[in-house]
Amino acid sequence: MAARGTRGQGLMARAAASPHIVWSVLFIIAPLLFVVYYTFTDADGAFTTENVSRLFTSNYVLIFVNSVCLAFIATVICLVIAYPTAYLFSRMKAKRQRAAVLLIMIPLWMNFLITTYSWMTLLEDTGIINSALRRIGLGAAHMINTPGAVVVGMVFCFLPYMILPIYTVMSGIDEKLLEASADLGCNGWQRLVRVVMPMSLSGVVSGITMVFVPSISTFYISQKLGGGTFQLIGDTIESYFVGSAINYHFGAALSLVLMVLILISMAVMNHYTDSESGERTKMV
Amino acid sequence: MKVLGRLWLILVFIFLYAPIAVMILISFNSGESTTEMQGLSLYWYRELFRDKATLEALKNTLLLSVSAAVLSTVIGTLAAVGIDRMKNRFMRGAVMSVTNIPMMNPDIVTGISLMLLFVFVGTLLGLESYLSFWTLLIAHVTFNLPYVILSVLPKIKQMDKNIPEAALDLGCTPWQSFFRVELPFIMPGIATGFIMAFTLSFDDFVISNFTSGSSFETLTIHIYSMIKKSVKPDIYALSTLIFAVVLLLLVVSNLSDRDGEPAKEKSPERRGAARFRGKEGGAAK
Amino acid sequence: MNGKKLIELRGITKAFDGEVVLDNISLDIYEDEFITLLGPSGCGKTTTLRIIGGFETPDKGDVIFDGKRINDTPPHKRHINTVFQKYALFPHLNVYENIAFGLRVSGLKDEEEISRRVREMLEMVNLRGFERRHVTKLSGGQQQRVAIARALINKPRVLLLDEPLGALDLKLRKDMQNELKGMQKRTGITFIYVTHDQEEALSMSDTVVVMNNGSIMQIGTPTDIYNEPSNAYVADFIGESNIVDGVMLDDYSVKLAGHTFVCVDKGFGKNTPVDVVIRPEDVDVVPTAEGELCGHVVSVTFKGVHYEVIVDIDGFKWMIQTTDYVAPDTDIGVKIEPDAFHIMNKSEYSGMFGDYSSFSDELDQLSENGGEDD
Repeated sequence: MAARGTRGQGLMARAAASPHIVWSVLFIIAPLLFVVYYTFTDADGAFTTENVSRLFTSNYVLIFVNSVCLAFIATVICLVIAYPTAYLFSRMKAKRQRAAVLLIMIPLWMNFLITTYSWMTLLEDTGIINSALRRIGLGAAHMINTPGAVVVGMVFCFLPYMILPIYTVMSGIDEKLLEASADLGCNGWQRLVRVVMPMSLSGVVSGITMVFVPSISTFYISQKLGGGTFQLIGDTIESYFVGSAINYHFGAALSLVLMVLILISMAVMNHYTDSESGERTKMV
Repeated sequence: MKVLGRLWLILVFIFLYAPIAVMILISFNSGESTTEMQGLSLYWYRELFRDKATLEALKNTLLLSVSAAVLSTVIGTLAAVGIDRMKNRFMRGAVMSVTNIPMMNPDIVTGISLMLLFVFVGTLLGLESYLSFWTLLIAHVTFNLPYVILSVLPKIKQMDKNIPEAALDLGCTPWQSFFRVELPFIMPGIATGFIMAFTLSFDDFVISNFTSGSSFETLTIHIYSMIKKSVKPDIYALSTLIFAVVLLLLVVSNLSDRDGEPAKEKSPERRGAARFRGKEGGAAK
Repeated sequence: MNGKKLIELRGITKAFDGEVVLDNISLDIYEDEFITLLGPSGCGKTTTLRIIGGFETPDKGDVIFDGKRINDTPPHKRHINTVFQKYALFPHLNVYENIAFGLRVSGLKDEEEISRRVREMLEMVNLRGFERRHVTKLSGGQQQRVAIARALINKPRVLLLDEPLGALDLKLRKDMQNELKGMQKRTGITFIYVTHDQEEALSMSDTVVVMNNGSIMQIGTPTDIYNEPSNAYVADFIGESNIVDGVMLDDYSVKLAGHTFVCVDKGFGKNTPVDVVIRPEDVDVVPTAEGELCGHVVSVTFKGVHYEVIVDIDGFKWMIQTTDYVAPDTDIGVKIEPDAFHIMNKSEYSGMFGDYSSFSDELDQLSENGGEDD
């Protein structure tokens, strides 16, 4: 009773989280259990491992390999573009940094269905880039409906997610640390390699997850820019749920595998960052 | 080195803005094509306001985003308050991990998992068309919640624990203390959460794709179904208008808090940046 | 103490996660008293304050306010207000509204009355003209004043102050000490003040409560605490002191370092082992021939007002403060007046304090800084 004040408030506080907890159980945990349930049942509701074993036929293995490869390439390209960009941002004056970050965020606000469609317009055989190439006398290049076009689409859609976390970590590096390293005899290049790079690793890891996860599961980018010439996991899953060949059970199996794949890679990544940041705190 | 750096940034921005430039340009096209400019006109803007289906979709989207944002902000803010005061570390960790699932999972998995739930319950109840506004609302609130919680929670943690105590000390009941002191303090976090939830809902396509039925079409779903056939430039006109509104809001919000916190803290962010922030927050603790 | 008992703590015990923070504390606090809870971090002084304020509930024992048990009274129903450590001003309100907060919560609607009382408070804390300022834009000292004004506007019977000057710089701290003392005298409100700074405690308080490890070591006036510390812990915590092993031979006669001195203490019995406290400023330096004890000067540090001399007497390092210069590495004699001895019974703290053999300013500072946050 004493603190009817404090103790009563504690009770109230616990009650405050309960709508969220109920919501999470109903709409986060239960749906995931349904994914598992559908994976291991057939249309009549009987237990089966058919759906899982079907995943290991060459057709689907190839789709997985394709998706992983494209997502991997897109992630690497994003990293290569984003890292120097974020570094250049972090060296700017404060006012310019804000403007730069804003400019990176604005494309994120655009509807990516539309921007992806715009890329179609740009990359088509009769599109803007090709007509420009023709006009200056260079031959046209076939770009649309190739894996390359899909990668361009992925890089465009997810590049800001790589730049922002790396930039945030880099801009958080204390200027004094750079001064200290200069004081200890590091030149500009050594400073980048020995101080900035190790310290920005956590941003890089977040960036990688944030680009890789949506890249590997996308379906609209590959549909539009890949022209349906090849299938990725996302396309395949979508086709079993809203497409022509509806099969919730097999679709659920595909999603389950995708989820497990991502959870494993994220766990590995997090393990890396955790030990890394752990070392850093020890150092400091 | 300086010149090289500048050149690099220019190339990056050209890459990021090329499709947007195309979109804006074509929205002023006088012809029907989305690849070739036939002349400048405002034809498609006029057309946009005559396109019943698109306007209906826009109205639906606004209705859905506002409802989802309000609901998720209320539930999420309460949850953040509750989570902050949870004594049991295990419980707290469990709640946070579950909360983060929709943020970590690929959207497509979140979408189909909810769809399976709706399908199962819908069939169980023998409903004809169970995918509706309500299923969309549930889905949107679900993926909004972690973002709201992650914008409110740090603000609560930032608050000196003595501040609510000072309110009690000066005669507030716990309720008064919450509404007069704590709520105003965490308001910026709640606002950020609300705006983020709104934009996430407004822009969401992947999850809506699996949880919407034919009775209620959002803008992104509408665009997706159009893209499957052919796109008329009036969608570009709509996107250009949205782009202009977003640009205006961002510039205004940035100018208005010049001497406030840095832009990246305050301006509404899209999901990725938040996803990253959430992860960082988790690692820091 | 004169005046009437306002707050009584009776056998208060409090543990957090099984760790005992307060161990059976009893304390009387009187009306119109300036009482200071003094001790190192983790000694339980802040917890005691929070129990009085109603922010913690004791596990055992009673809190009695004006004759009534208030264990179960929530903070907002107590006639007690608090000045918090980091001020805890409401950042969304300006100076005026922060100070008016207590009045508004109490349901006062008369804006004229509110305005009059807020101005009165601003006057008292010397912040006239600051009404519309934003609290986050104020300096530490100004925020401090707002916090005091905010806490006093409801005219509480008791004001709790939790290390309120901790964040201010030295000069400002001294000024605020005087002001706080003045305010307490003028308003007649009981001040319960928590600090780890012994000088602050001695200079402001009517009563000092020295705490350590969740227990009260000694309660007394500043002079009592300084001159008659009850054990070696208190003697060491309150100012510099040499604490030497001695034997009380008889009343008025104590033997230490091989020499028998005349003292003013009695009642310890014959040949009783005791702790003897000699404050550094009470030791006179004399030529070796005249000294009651002789020693070798180990180090000399100039401190401005005096020199701080560490002298090795019979293997025990003494600290002596003297205004006359002594050369290091020489032999000196020392003399001690009878009333300079303070005799204490042996306690659990005997032998733990009062030897300057490993003394250094730096170490002292380190341990002080380490104990800042309570």
